[in-house]
Amino acid sequence: MSTGGSYSNERPPTVDVDYAADPASGSFFSTEFKKCSLDDNKHEDLKQMLDSNKDGLKLEAMKRIIGMVAKGRDASELFPAVVKNVVSANLEVKKLVYVYLVRYAEEQQDLALLSISTFQRALKDPNQLIRACALRVLSSIRVPVIVPIMMLAIKDAMTDMSPYVRKTAAHAIPKLYNLDPEQKEELIQVIEKLLSDKTTLVVGSAVMAFEEVCPERIDLIHKNYRKLCNLLVDVEEWGQVIIINMLTRYARTQFVDPNAGSEDDDRERPFYEDDEEIEDDETLAKRPKPMDPDHRLLLRNAKPLLQSRNAAVVLGVAQLYQHIAPRTEVSLVARALVRLLRSHREIQAVVLTNIASMSTRRKASGCKGEKDMFEPYLKSFFVRSSDPTHIKALKLEVLTNLATDTNISVILREFQTYIGSSDKEFVAATIQAIGRCASNIREVTDTCLSGLVSLLSNRDESVVGESVVVIRKLLQSETVGHKDIISHMARLMDNIKIPMARASILWLLGEYCDKVPKIAPDVLRKMAKTFISEDDIVKLQILTLATKLYLTNPKQTRLLCQYVYNLAKYDTNYDIRDRARLTRALVFPSQGHEDNKLAKHAKKIFLATKPPPVQQSSFKDRDQFQLSTLSHLINARATGYQDLPPFPEEAPDPTVRYVELPASFTPENHHKPSHPKKSKPQKMKSFYSDESSPEDESEDDASDSSSDSDSDSDSSDSDSSESSSDEDNESDSEEEEEEEPRFKRKVSGGSSKKRPEKHGVSQSSGSEDTDSSSSSSSSGSESSSDEEAENSEDSDEDVKKKKKSDREQRNSVPQGRGNRSNLDLLLDLDDTPPAMDTPLLTPSLGGLLTPSPSSQPSQPLPPGASIQPASAKFVPTVTQELLNRISGGGLAVACRFTRSPHLYSPRMTSVELSFTNNGSEEIRDISVGSKKLAPGMALHEFAGIAVLSPDTTLNGTIGVDFNDTTQPAMFDLVVGGRTFSINITAPIGELLMPLAMNEGDFNLNQIKLRGMNEQCGVVSLSSGNKDIKSLVNRVYETANLLQVQCSSNDIVKFGGQTASGKALVLVSLSLPQDEQESTISVNCEKMVISSMLLKEIKSALKRD
Amino acid sequence: MIHSLFIINSSGDVFMEKHWKSVIPRSICDYFFDAQRKANNNEDIPPVITTPHHYLISVLRSNLFFIAVCMTEVSLLAPHPSPCLSVSATLPTGQLSNVPWRRSGVKYTNNEAYFDVTEEVDAIIDKSGATVAAEIQGYIDCCIKLTGMPDLTLTFINPRLFDDVSFHPCVRLKRWESERVLSFVPPDGNSRLLSYHIGSQSVVAIPVYIRHNISFRDVGGGRLDITVGPKQTMGRSVEGVVLEVPMPKCVLNCTLTISQGKYTFDPVSKVLRWDLGRIDPTKLPNMRGNVQFTVTQLALSGLKVNRLDIYGEKYKPFKGVKYITKAGRFQVRT
Repeated sequence: MSTGGSYSNERPPTVDVDYAADPASGSFFSTEFKKCSLDDNKHEDLKQMLDSNKDGLKLEAMKRIIGMVAKGRDASELFPAVVKNVVSANLEVKKLVYVYLVRYAEEQQDLALLSISTFQRALKDPNQLIRACALRVLSSIRVPVIVPIMMLAIKDAMTDMSPYVRKTAAHAIPKLYNLDPEQKEELIQVIEKLLSDKTTLVVGSAVMAFEEVCPERIDLIHKNYRKLCNLLVDVEEWGQVIIINMLTRYARTQFVDPNAGSEDDDRERPFYEDDEEIEDDETLAKRPKPMDPDHRLLLRNAKPLLQSRNAAVVLGVAQLYQHIAPRTEVSLVARALVRLLRSHREIQAVVLTNIASMSTRRKASGCKGEKDMFEPYLKSFFVRSSDPTHIKALKLEVLTNLATDTNISVILREFQTYIGSSDKEFVAATIQAIGRCASNIREVTDTCLSGLVSLLSNRDESVVGESVVVIRKLLQSETVGHKDIISHMARLMDNIKIPMARASILWLLGEYCDKVPKIAPDVLRKMAKTFISEDDIVKLQILTLATKLYLTNPKQTRLLCQYVYNLAKYDTNYDIRDRARLTRALVFPSQGHEDNKLAKHAKKIFLATKPPPVQQSSFKDRDQFQLSTLSHLINARATGYQDLPPFPEEAPDPTVRYVELPASFTPENHHKPSHPKKSKPQKMKSFYSDESSPEDESEDDASDSSSDSDSDSDSSDSDSSESSSDEDNESDSEEEEEEEPRFKRKVSGGSSKKRPEKHGVSQSSGSEDTDSSSSSSSSGSESSSDEEAENSEDSDEDVKKKKKSDREQRNSVPQGRGNRSNLDLLLDLDDTPPAMDTPLLTPSLGGLLTPSPSSQPSQPLPPGASIQPASAKFVPTVTQELLNRISGGGLAVACRFTRSPHLYSPRMTSVELSFTNNGSEEIRDISVGSKKLAPGMALHEFAGIAVLSPDTTLNGTIGVDFNDTTQPAMFDLVVGGRTFSINITAPIGELLMPLAMNEGDFNLNQIKLRGMNEQCGVVSLSSGNKDIKSLVNRVYETANLLQVQCSSNDIVKFGGQTASGKALVLVSLSLPQDEQESTISVNCEKMVISSMLLKEIKSALKRD
Repeated sequence: MIHSLFIINSSGDVFMEKHWKSVIPRSICDYFFDAQRKANNNEDIPPVITTPHHYLISVLRSNLFFIAVCMTEVSLLAPHPSPCLSVSATLPTGQLSNVPWRRSGVKYTNNEAYFDVTEEVDAIIDKSGATVAAEIQGYIDCCIKLTGMPDLTLTFINPRLFDDVSFHPCVRLKRWESERVLSFVPPDGNSRLLSYHIGSQSVVAIPVYIRHNISFRDVGGGRLDITVGPKQTMGRSVEGVVLEVPMPKCVLNCTLTISQGKYTFDPVSKVLRWDLGRIDPTKLPNMRGNVQFTVTQLALSGLKVNRLDIYGEKYKPFKGVKYITKAGRFQVRT
């Protein structure tokens, strides 16, 4: 930094001369100097740096300026110097200038306008991040003049290609609205557009803009409701919170109360549901009242978010359930809320406040016989000594709310330990809590009371004081008098100093003076002595006691009473003077007014029976506020708080949520006839889009499925049942539900391209609902399919058919799995080619060696999109003898590699074993015995042959996972008690599976697999292998690969993958014209495979 | 919406401020300082302070106070800071992708995936040594250095143990619900993959026991006798045992005889800290309490990771799992 230098120039020369020699004093003065010159000169210095043409200096200056801004120092006078740099080419400088502008533009509006043109240019930048940044800063500048420019910029950004820019546009909306509320109408149009956006990135921000600008326009949500519900899981966390809160409000306006009339019959069902939703008996029995499927959709989609790591999301879902879910389901949220208690104290405080409120509300709503949802977690609310005081108080509140006659003993024991705490405030709160428990639960009132009384002898005064107050309240609500307790307390009067406690004792004595006729006057006597020094509330109570005693026992207390009144008459506090005057007039009527009516009834007035105080939770009145809001926490209406609307009596029209048909889909009435034609191209398309683009995506799919089959058959079950839904309608609902979101996730993880497609579907089927109100089975909004699938069961055949077609279509579109036949799906052949479609499977057709690529549709595809499993182009007919008929006792066993995918696992290579009985007797019971496999290998045995009659041949297919090695698979063949050891070795070519891909992908992947992974060799071609066709045939015979269509004629390329590890195998053969030699290169990440494959191909090509 | 944010250090200076909507003078923080003065310690400051026109939301992290100033109703725990401009020459990339937690183009020469299963025992033990409440709060933290976009699957031997779990956004919730398998594209580097909670309903074995005998007299001090011993640790040794005894305010100093480790007494916070180290079961440490300890290679709940599968990438990563049991909020009442 050059600060020192610049200052030294401005130093008065004298200072320099005098002190420069002495380093110590010099430095002292120079710091002094710096300080005083800071205001005038430091900025000069910064200005110079900003004016320089070196980016480094500018950056340094900007960093310092921003530092000043952050520390709260005024840097506004640098404005002109800074604004000039907004055109800086340096991105870093530019960003800092933006930060500065946002802070100071408001103060220097005219100068700020200079920078606007830069932003306008940046808004057109090809880089989406720069566009977004410019929009963000532009919208943050609070200069009213630029409102029209902002409006234009937002409108432009709203239609931007990049979702990130659209998201920024959504963020800009509330800012513009704050600046100029006049723009509301126009902004609402923008919001409407943004709400219909289908990217997860945008919707959260769009909803936020909606909440800020026009929360009352609930009608804008209708069309997007289902989409929002379905996207909810994938939206980023803060967006989730906003959407959940908004949907809570939405649900409150659109759906009927799920708890209302739950005990009544179903007669109250809203009319629309009769034609909309016909539930079968089973579900009706489960639910007290049918719910709008959309209502259910929201609840179901929000539920997984309870496991979010973000406390705000969890709390949001909790309040959603509390406010709109049927009462029986609310308890789901308890566990998640209890989990949040582990986090920071601030979160603890908020969560506990909400829990306390929820537990009071539940108690109030009076669901008898139903345990409180938090009761199982009672121990989580036990107080720790390290908790901050307000957390302790909240925990006490919750514990008190949870107290029932079953757990009260645990709670009371816990309370007992709290009383020993050193935190006085907390002890006082505990005693109050005990009092509340005692008054709420009849069974323990006596125990509590005696416990409290024993506290009266506590050393700690505040404990005693608090217990006195609580006992007073308890005694008041008790019908039976407790003479002992009162006299005990009267004795304590001498020691207790806390005014509130003294006042309480006095009041008690007065109230029950008839029970302690001897003690009360004596206490009054003592009190009269100390009257002057007492606290005000005690004085008032002394007056009351005196009055009451006089009324019940005038003989003994008359003088005392008058004495007290006289003292009170001259008290400094006017309240006490007034009270004394009033009561004296009542009790001691002045001369001539003895027949005063009031005086006659004085006894009635003072000794009336008082209603006992109701001890209730302080959280009672928080009921009115929506949970998780600021207003709820502070128990006051915050600015901008909106009341949660009550449920409507009758649900508004649910059809508003149905979504319009997108133009690309055929309307319902044309749907059926056109279905076969229509669905086919879609199938194709979807197939590609799923296996689509980035290579790892397809790998992902493949591996996913293989993991399924490995780990457990669970998933494969669900897979199959999902897709076999045509056959078996009822069972699908549950599994489907589990399955689909997985896809959803996958979609989100991969290319964003798929998302719109998916929504296209959900919308289309949603709209089918409108037309065919009854079926609507598959209404792509997946989650509602649960109920609806059930509905459609009892509807007629026609509907079923329609549904089937819907479903087929749906399955096919987003998932790419739907296009397989049922059998395949049952067997979970996720990434193997559909066996039914390949005629080449049978050996008789093995010779049909059509060049493969011609059969592939040659359409332009994104890189990687073309890679997909294909079927074998050649099936070897050569068999390998495994067991000689002589050593096998008449049984000969041969094997052949069928090159078809094995049904059990895609990692396995199918081996066909043919058993021939060459003997004269029947051979019985052929099966696989013990397996001796190398680690990592697996073998799936064949079904077993019961009888093999002489001179017959039977086949059995085993699947072997060779784990990409050429190690032999050894196993025992048990034949009627005898065992033969069998040893199958797969040639390297049989460990592969063909993959179809286009040339671009081939080249792309080949580049990736260079270096060690590439094996090259030169082979001189034998005479029979000169033309391409025979060459290709030779390769097909050697290895299970598939030719890749290639632009040049003198090169042949093959693609495949290893069966077990799914590693890509790429083979290319160059065929220079008129030459005997060909160069072969094999690329595979498994070097052993590539080198062996090279050797095999070489030898195959050398052969004649 | 947050209007402004102030950061206050432990000595009570506002050393950083940021304004989003309009500039609010920092004098607003005086309300907070008032509350701070009223409270006994920093922990006791209420999280939300209501002032006539603003609401101050305070958050205390590592001795810094973050004061957010709001003017209108906000949904709590979810204040919305506008995305800040980060000072770097590169533009942020994470926000653009659908996998915002992972940057693209990650490359490592050694592919490694480590998982730390950490369990913290929260327990309250009463005077007589009986467990009043005990629960386990566990975390699986991962350090993942894998090339490309790997898709991992983590399975557990006994997933039924989990009472309640919360996940990093990368975990596919539905897959967990249906199969109890963690399937995720991991974030690069260190992250907390999941945290779980094993509630007070299930039985938790406490790995240490503490016998204490404490008596105070008003004048002339008191006696303190504490013995710590291991219990149910399945052969693993308990390490890093630290005892913290918060003393009442009247205690001025402690003079103690200890058989092992060392002790310190902080006269300001009145906390006696006894650092025991490892417990030798044959010779029980004794000091004439809060407890902290660590048991390595043991997850108290018995949770075990079964296997980790990687999909989507072709390399074989190095995998490692470590188990640690720690004391969380472990309290012994006296």
